Amino acid sequence: MIGIDWYLALSAILFTIGIIGVLIRRNAIVIFMCVELMLNAVNLSLISFSAYHGDISGQILVFFSLSVAAAEAVVGLAIIIAIFRNNLSVDITKVNLLRW
Amino acid sequence: METYAFVLLAVLAIATALGMILNKNTVNSALLLVLNLVSIAGIYLLLQAQFLALIQILVYAGAIMVLFLFVIMLLNIDEEENLFDKFRLKYLMAFLLGVVIFGQILYSLGGVTEMLPEISSEMIRVGTVEAIAEVFYTDYLFAFEMTAILLTAAVVGALMIAQYKVKITGDSE
Repeated sequence: MIGIDWYLALSAILFTIGIIGVLIRRNAIVIFMCVELMLNAVNLSLISFSAYHGDISGQILVFFSLSVAAAEAVVGLAIIIAIFRNNLSVDITKVNLLRW
Repeated sequence: METYAFVLLAVLAIATALGMILNKNTVNSALLLVLNLVSIAGIYLLLQAQFLALIQILVYAGAIMVLFLFVIMLLNIDEEENLFDKFRLKYLMAFLLGVVIFGQILYSLGGVTEMLPEISSEMIRVGTVEAIAEVFYTDYLFAFEMTAILLTAAVVGALMIAQYKVKITGDSE
């Protein structure tokens, strides 16, 4: 059995890749997928702590996080569709109504 | 054996995540994310969380990513043209910020290394459907029922936001 720090390091790497993706991409859908990736990285660290402590509560928390992620994906994609209907693009640099 | 499986799955997860954020084509990004989610589900299996590995594949890789692909298909998105041509300063700043956050996480992880738990003897029975259901329907019953309300609210809200014309009934006439 390998140590827990390997799982936590993998979780940190995936979280960082998600952050960089959110910062450099301009397509709203890809940014959304990067947010899902970050949620998954946090889920991975929760499950590894849960497994190594022998405590089931972490896995329950991951289940709730999964259902919140599903709700968030539904609402977010609806917002993206509404944005696309208004300015025929999902490029977030073109959504600049509130910018100065 | 387990170490080999972990290394294989971890390399697969990191490679597909990098491919996802560097790919110009949105559909390819979505498919790479599916592969990433499946490899993370494999890592859940290594951690004896069978129930969550199945839920990850069913809900994430099945339902949510199909929703993403449908939206991509509906919107008919063009490929992002100049992904790395201009805004070089912006990419540099983003990369530096990512490195700083990664360093912070690793630093805080290194500070508690001696406190991290060893493998627990109870771990064998953690993660099966029976063990999770036992806790779900006793201690977390209220939160579990609240999840239903959350999902219903999300569906209703998504319909309200995404429908073409919002009809306002009442005192419009």
